[in-house]
Amino acid sequence: MTQTILEDIRAGIARRKLMDGIFAIGSLLTVLVALIVLLSLFLQLFVQGAPRLDWQFFTSFPSRDPEQAGILAAWVGSALVMLVTAFVAVPVGIAAGIYLEEYARKDWLSDLIEINVTNLAGVPSIIYGLLALGFFSRTLNLGESILTAGCTLALLILPVVIVTTRESLRAIPRGLREAAYAVGASRWQMIWDHLLPYSMGGILTGIIIGLSRAVGETAPLITIGALTFIAFLPDFSLAQPLEWLKAPFTVLPIQMFNWVSRPETDFQVNAAAAGAVLVVLTLLMNGLAIYLRYRYRQGLKW
Amino acid sequence: MTDSSLRLSQSTRAYEGNWRRTLRERAIAIVLFLAAFVSVATTVEIILILLRESWLFFQEVPLLDFLTGTEWTPLFEDSKYGILPLFSGTLVTTVIALAVAIPMGTIIAIYLSEFATDRIRESVKPLLEMIAGIPTVVFGYFALLFVTPLLQRLLPDMPGFNMLSPGIVMGIAILPLISSISEDAMRAVPNDLREGAYAMGSTRFQTALRVVLPAAISGISAAYILGISRAVGETMIVAVAAGLQPNFTFNPTESAATITAYIVQVSLGDLPHGSLEYQTIFAAGLVLVLMTLVLNIVGHILRKRYREVY
Repeated sequence: MTQTILEDIRAGIARRKLMDGIFAIGSLLTVLVALIVLLSLFLQLFVQGAPRLDWQFFTSFPSRDPEQAGILAAWVGSALVMLVTAFVAVPVGIAAGIYLEEYARKDWLSDLIEINVTNLAGVPSIIYGLLALGFFSRTLNLGESILTAGCTLALLILPVVIVTTRESLRAIPRGLREAAYAVGASRWQMIWDHLLPYSMGGILTGIIIGLSRAVGETAPLITIGALTFIAFLPDFSLAQPLEWLKAPFTVLPIQMFNWVSRPETDFQVNAAAAGAVLVVLTLLMNGLAIYLRYRYRQGLKW
Repeated sequence: MTDSSLRLSQSTRAYEGNWRRTLRERAIAIVLFLAAFVSVATTVEIILILLRESWLFFQEVPLLDFLTGTEWTPLFEDSKYGILPLFSGTLVTTVIALAVAIPMGTIIAIYLSEFATDRIRESVKPLLEMIAGIPTVVFGYFALLFVTPLLQRLLPDMPGFNMLSPGIVMGIAILPLISSISEDAMRAVPNDLREGAYAMGSTRFQTALRVVLPAAISGISAAYILGISRAVGETMIVAVAAGLQPNFTFNPTESAATITAYIVQVSLGDLPHGSLEYQTIFAAGLVLVLMTLVLNIVGHILRKRYREVY
């Protein structure tokens, strides 16, 4: 009697343990599926793009002949747009983060700003394109320029910079702030001399992650009407050092989109090559961000 | 100079320094506030622009026709402005994406939070971060030139542009979002609950399914809702791989356009400012913003809830 009950219980336990094992294996398989998708994406990009990935590809303008076409205008455009984006998003984002974390009183206004920042992070990127079309290009009359594109992407990544700035400031213990005040520092002196140096690692990580997102963004820039066939580089002269801001441009993801939407398979090779460059670029940036985060966490133990 | 007048001048100087210091502090606070206010101005400007252009659009096109029309042909001679075809395209691709991302994301989240050793977690998470970092136009290329040909072997009649392939790829693209928010929610469940379940003789899987999952349900639903919002607003994957022709259908093997893809299609042409075509993309954008706004707000409320309970 007791023997059979005991066996029943053992069988039940064995069954439940089996369920445990099945789930563990099933979830590892799910992870494997994700890994296989990622690998086939890389393989597809690099295998198809390999014949075009040479020096000439980086130093040629787009062309009607796929073999002659390259990404010179696109990567220069991407670099210049990123420069503007960083120039706008970094100071504004850090300042906004400092305000919300260190200055803002708990009132309706700071609540409003806070809800707003979380909300902006969820707005589809193409909506920023409509904002840019209506505001930067038409109202401010900046046209389809590098400046418009840079500002648009800056607004897009602003929530990322703000949130990471706040998180890194929050990680600094109160004692440090109080010690600075105790020796007579003003609030700004405390922030500038003590908080910012300690939170720089975290903030830098956020900036790089934001920029890696911006460099792959396509939709908002298509919306402002970024030209896809640009066979020249922006003029640069010392007499008018800021003239390039007004130049029309193309960027890597738009160039890739342009090639991938053509029917000829030869252009798809170009698209794959451009995609490979883009993926390597974003992975390098993300890797750098992860490395920085890791290093600063190691160095700082409160 | 006498001793007392020296002391006086020193304190005046200190006072002046103090005054200057206060002024500088005030100025800095104002500048910082203005920076924070940029985000509010962005939202206000987005709403203003969308409302202004949509207002002009709805002067020409009655709202009822817009919401119930089954034909969207603004670029044709005989233009019709019914949003339903764009809506159906968005709905179908979103549903497919969620059918991929929700089961996979939830399973991975349960595994990472309840089963995986630290070493496995540390190697799976960068993999997910890598997926999250890939530009969407690259995913679009992948859907069009890898996944579609693969699916065509199973479904030989499927055209090169269809909603199935970008839907599936979009599911992979939003998988990291769903798994990371769900995992956070599950890890926030206090260990006492797990230990209680183990003490009663539950296995890991039983604990995960019957104790941790219900306790983290509001955070997990937040993950799903934010996932829906991402899928609805996703642009480049569908623009590349689903074709750009509005098509009122719920059949995933047909080509169609989503709201976002339509905005891309119009933007690729030359837009005369003030024309009705120019205004259509703002009306479409307004619909998109309203949809994602509601989803985001619900998502954030749910997400806050699981944080407050424990």
